[in-house]
Amino acid sequence: MKRGGLVWSWFWMILGILYFFLPLLATFLFSLRAIKGVLSFKAYQNLFVTTDFVTNFSYSLVWAIFTIVVGILIFVPTAYWVRLRVPQFRTAVEFVTLLPFVIPGIVFVFGLVRTFSHPPFLIVNSPALLIAAYTVLSMPYMYRSIDTGLRAIDVQTLTEAAQSLGAGWETILFRIILPNIRVAILNGAFLSFAIVMGEYILAQYLAKPAFAPYMAYLIQQKAYEPAALAVISFALTWGCLGIIQLVGRGSQQAQIAGGH
Amino acid sequence: MATFDVVKRDAPKARPALSKFSWAWLGVLPFFLFAFMFLIYPSSTIALGSFQDTKTHTFTFQNFAHLLQSPSLIASYWISIKISLITSIGGGIFGFLLAYSAIRGGLPRFMRSSLMTFCGVASNFAGVPLAFAFITLLSPSGVLTGWLKAMGYNPYFHGFQLYNFWGLSIVYMYFQFPLMVLVIAPAIDGLRKEWLEAAENLGASSFQYWRYVAFPILLPAILGTMILLFGNSFGAFATAQALTGGAINLVTIVIGSQLRGDVLGDAGLGYALASGMVVVMVIAITGYTLLQRQTERWLR
Repeated sequence: MKRGGLVWSWFWMILGILYFFLPLLATFLFSLRAIKGVLSFKAYQNLFVTTDFVTNFSYSLVWAIFTIVVGILIFVPTAYWVRLRVPQFRTAVEFVTLLPFVIPGIVFVFGLVRTFSHPPFLIVNSPALLIAAYTVLSMPYMYRSIDTGLRAIDVQTLTEAAQSLGAGWETILFRIILPNIRVAILNGAFLSFAIVMGEYILAQYLAKPAFAPYMAYLIQQKAYEPAALAVISFALTWGCLGIIQLVGRGSQQAQIAGGH
Repeated sequence: MATFDVVKRDAPKARPALSKFSWAWLGVLPFFLFAFMFLIYPSSTIALGSFQDTKTHTFTFQNFAHLLQSPSLIASYWISIKISLITSIGGGIFGFLLAYSAIRGGLPRFMRSSLMTFCGVASNFAGVPLAFAFITLLSPSGVLTGWLKAMGYNPYFHGFQLYNFWGLSIVYMYFQFPLMVLVIAPAIDGLRKEWLEAAENLGASSFQYWRYVAFPILLPAILGTMILLFGNSFGAFATAQALTGGAINLVTIVIGSQLRGDVLGDAGLGYALASGMVVVMVIAITGYTLLQRQTERWLR
């Protein structure tokens, strides 16, 4: 590589690093300034003593856990069955799993509210709708992770071996397939977790308590506490993707459309 | 053809067609029911609603006609398209340069994997916390504004604004260029070293190599990913809402306020607005998919 090229490489890289870190650094510094004149973790303390933060955060945690469980329950059997028995449905299933990319979050929630706020489906106030919507939002990531995991194991042979030893479908799914693709499932689960924890639109418009709407509300009310929340939120995203890196050894996925 | 097939067939099997019918498709039924109930049906409500008269529920093109007659709604589409174009082209170019620097620029190897990790995080870090991070950085009382002021340069005296179109573009770039890096990296990896060597052996200059070899190969991938970035920012809502408090006239923001209370005063118009967004997204994602397929032919 020529000298000039190397200089430019460093130039772009440093610019990228600045773009990436400056907002985070600013937010972190700002979050430490809750007491005038000294750096302190007062803003974080303030957060944890208010019940609002704990409540909203726990709600988001609950939504995330349900989303992951529902996602696993629907997508693992489907992906497994498509691989094993009905490969002719592969295109259709994959098409459906990619639909959330085409429908912007705000349009999606628009449709949900209009559809489910009058009979025969009056469930707009039910937490079940929020969880179903989150499951849809995480579907592209969850399904793709699971499908990638299934591709790496020999579904056919494992199933036949299990069947010839007398295993039923539950045993095959939960004691053979599931443990064999646990890394892929973890991958999808942490990505779903990051999406749900940061998601604003669905929780806001379906009027459910959650982390991101609470943060949007706090920005209007306080100065330093939202900064602390932003730092926590970033740490969460970082943590989730860090774990994916660790368990998945470097496979990268990026989120589009949904959460922005 | 059919009769010919019959003639060619072997002797009939011991157990004829009866057992041929398979119930296996039932296994994917729960998935399709779920997707229909919570994704396809609600989305089709929007499509149907946009072709329906609000009062009489009869078929009509009136909603789209109203949409085209409303200067403020046309403006909102235009602003959304403009910000998506600017951030997809800007983010695309910057992301490409960054990815190329890290992969082929002669930087230490660890830079590449760290860049990928950072980009994975940054492309996922959006919405409310991202907006707030930029508020603390660049608002009139922000940290960077403070540093710049201390150096004798106040950006706000030179026409800079965080809460307008350009400010929002800067914020969008934060999730745009990392996505470019992630999606374009495999294409850059696929650029074989032999091609550069062959070009150099034949006496090509660095410009000629780029003009006649690398650029034509990478072009579909670059264009395709930029289209993906376009869709990525076109559908964005939370970041703009949190940054400007809804003061910027993006399509997503208008749909958001229409949902909160019928600000357009016409439910059908809201449906038409939302359907229009989906149409733009479908075009974007289709374009991306087609160009991506073109790329895969080269990079195998």
